[in-house]
Amino acid sequence: MSAKLAGPNIQLNELGKLKHFLTLEGLKAHHLTEILDTAESFINPTTNEIKKVPILRGKSIMNLFFEPSTRTRTTFEIAEKRLSADVESLDIQTSATKKGESLLDTLWNLQAMQADMFVIRHSESGAAHFFSQHVAPHVHVMNAGDGQHAHPTQAMLDMFTIRKHKGDIYDLTVAIIGDVLHSRVVRSQIQALSILEVREIRVIGPKTLMPESPEAMGVHVYHNMEEGLKDVDVVIMVRLQNERMTSALIPSEKEFFKLYGLTEQRLALAKPDAIVMHPGPINRGVEIDSAVADGPQSVILEQVTYGIAVRMAVMAIIMSNAAQLAQHKLELEQQASLDLVDIDNAMEDTL
Amino acid sequence: MRHIISNGRVIDPSQNLDKITNVYLARGRVLAVADEAPEGFTADQEIDATGKWVLPGLVDLQARLGEPGNQYAGSIASETQAAVAGGITSICCPPDTSPVNDSQAVTELLQRRARQAATAFVMPIGAMTQELEGERLSNSFSLKQAGCIALSQANKSIQNSLTLKNALEYNSTLDIPIFLRCEDTQLKNGGVAHSGPVSSRLGLPEIPPAAETAALARDLILVEESGVKAHFSQISCARSVELIADAKKRGLPVTCDVAIHQLHLSEMDLLGFNSLFNVSPPLRGMSDKQALILGVKSGIIDAIVSDHTPLEKDTKLLPFGESAPGISGLETLLSLLLKLVQDNAIELMTAIRCVTQMPAQIIDCQRGSLTEGSSADLCIVDPEAIWTLETQNMMSEGKNTPFAGWEFVGQVEQTFFQGRPVYKKSQA
Repeated sequence: MSAKLAGPNIQLNELGKLKHFLTLEGLKAHHLTEILDTAESFINPTTNEIKKVPILRGKSIMNLFFEPSTRTRTTFEIAEKRLSADVESLDIQTSATKKGESLLDTLWNLQAMQADMFVIRHSESGAAHFFSQHVAPHVHVMNAGDGQHAHPTQAMLDMFTIRKHKGDIYDLTVAIIGDVLHSRVVRSQIQALSILEVREIRVIGPKTLMPESPEAMGVHVYHNMEEGLKDVDVVIMVRLQNERMTSALIPSEKEFFKLYGLTEQRLALAKPDAIVMHPGPINRGVEIDSAVADGPQSVILEQVTYGIAVRMAVMAIIMSNAAQLAQHKLELEQQASLDLVDIDNAMEDTL
Repeated sequence: MRHIISNGRVIDPSQNLDKITNVYLARGRVLAVADEAPEGFTADQEIDATGKWVLPGLVDLQARLGEPGNQYAGSIASETQAAVAGGITSICCPPDTSPVNDSQAVTELLQRRARQAATAFVMPIGAMTQELEGERLSNSFSLKQAGCIALSQANKSIQNSLTLKNALEYNSTLDIPIFLRCEDTQLKNGGVAHSGPVSSRLGLPEIPPAAETAALARDLILVEESGVKAHFSQISCARSVELIADAKKRGLPVTCDVAIHQLHLSEMDLLGFNSLFNVSPPLRGMSDKQALILGVKSGIIDAIVSDHTPLEKDTKLLPFGESAPGISGLETLLSLLLKLVQDNAIELMTAIRCVTQMPAQIIDCQRGSLTEGSSADLCIVDPEAIWTLETQNMMSEGKNTPFAGWEFVGQVEQTFFQGRPVYKKSQA
């Protein structure tokens, strides 16, 4: 165990390109733009259909879900199949570890089954980092959500949706409403928006659902929905989980809706062309009014479609980076042996 | 055996002594610290300590030894070896063993094993409540009779205020120090990292400072009412230092300690999710760290401990929040302390006092001093030696340290316990 295990940049290879996809923190705008542009190329511009491509033929991807999920898992599976990869999904929950097998033993066993990439969801923050430090060098890790830390593909599909509707991102004001404290999606969204140099990020919600230092993430905090929504271009609602009531963080869904629910009246405070987003699944009448969720400004269902394209893009990029790196190393070796031949020749000449 | 340790710089805070002189040892005791040999003294062996420092053996108020119950992580034999390699000759071990040290049998077992190992003085701390469950009081008088030098709850602070009040009142008449680790488990709420900018960014469940300070404030009120002599273990927050300072100003018989790693590390070290930095209480903010250092400097914090917790490798090979908290710290206590001195954060005499005279005074034991007649426990330190901590060279079975790869100046060369050499640095 080395003293200084890597920071966020363990996800980049020697050429500074994506090797794993763990978090957006530490990535540059060009990494994000490459993902968005690649995703764009998978979508038919007229029909919005995503066609099947042979990019990952012969590659094996394992979806390891230590925490239940249907939506994220399904979109990952679809994305993998559209890339022609061999797909295996495992709901591990904690069953294997309960049998006494350690987390790493589980991982290494699956790795021995010839996986090229793991898509991992886990309830502990930092789990994807942890796994990426223990897989074999040729194996890639995609974070499908770790604890309250990050959900980078979700954030990227949100960026994709925003770009689709608003063009450039840098001139926008974005408001994120709801449970910032417990949300890995929000953390990743904030990082993505910051990297893309958005004009302003606001987070709106009660103090009990804010982390200790939200300002440290580069956002403006509002506890008043009306003030926070004023003149924003993008409204992102976050799902409120039931356990927030039982753990006494907020009194009731009704009260929450009164303070922070997105209604048509409130939405009118935003710019007239503002779009409404939600990572889903939505709680109608808790964080969002049905009229808004189904209204003309809502882009919630588009997000789901784009989620497939964005996940395809990240996986395709990672695998092509790996191929590029292998090629690069091969060339270096060949160059080195050519140099040796040169030296040999030179020596023969002098002799 | 009679030894003379000659020409060393003898630093003994208990006598306010810091000068180059000789130390004479006979029959396991310090015979004299003087320039001239006592009349009739002939040494069997002379150790030339020219250019070296001679310190009383360190007294560590909190170090886990693995036994009983966790022998894979360490044994009394291995951990006392690690202790003396770090210059520590007296160790208090907390009661969170398995089984819990809430009975004479466990206390006696610990002492027996320590006597067999015979490398350091092991002082068991008894559990304040049975099984450390915080419900029924343990037989504290019997524990004291058996040899427990203090009572504590280890890291399992009593949540029920009435139980704590009763425990303090009952024990206040038994003349045994009470160690209190302050933590409100409800405010802790399953958290794993200090609530601050880093936990906000990483999404690690937060432990607010109030989890410590609110509990500390409650405990101070109950300590004041019961009149018990209380020692607060491993405080971690700036506000805690203020609360202790206030209590001392009011004349309360309270003392406190801090774990050495809190004076070097902070929440910033969590950025790579490295579980070696998972400790309890958690690494706090930079301002907390600064306040703790100032607390040591001003004497509000009385002692510095290793909070040594040897762990099996597997318990750290997990995502941060699932890993076991703790650092294997016996072998770095002194070196980390000297680093603070080298950085001009605290004075040498203060630093040494916090690991010798003060901890000994807190548990009322005649160690941590080189006064005439005291147990010949001492260490010889080469203040110029430059070394790098490598886990494979550690004596402790627990290799769980975030300080691997750190370079230190100053290293223990030789350690004496009760007049016998128990450690000598290998000449590699």
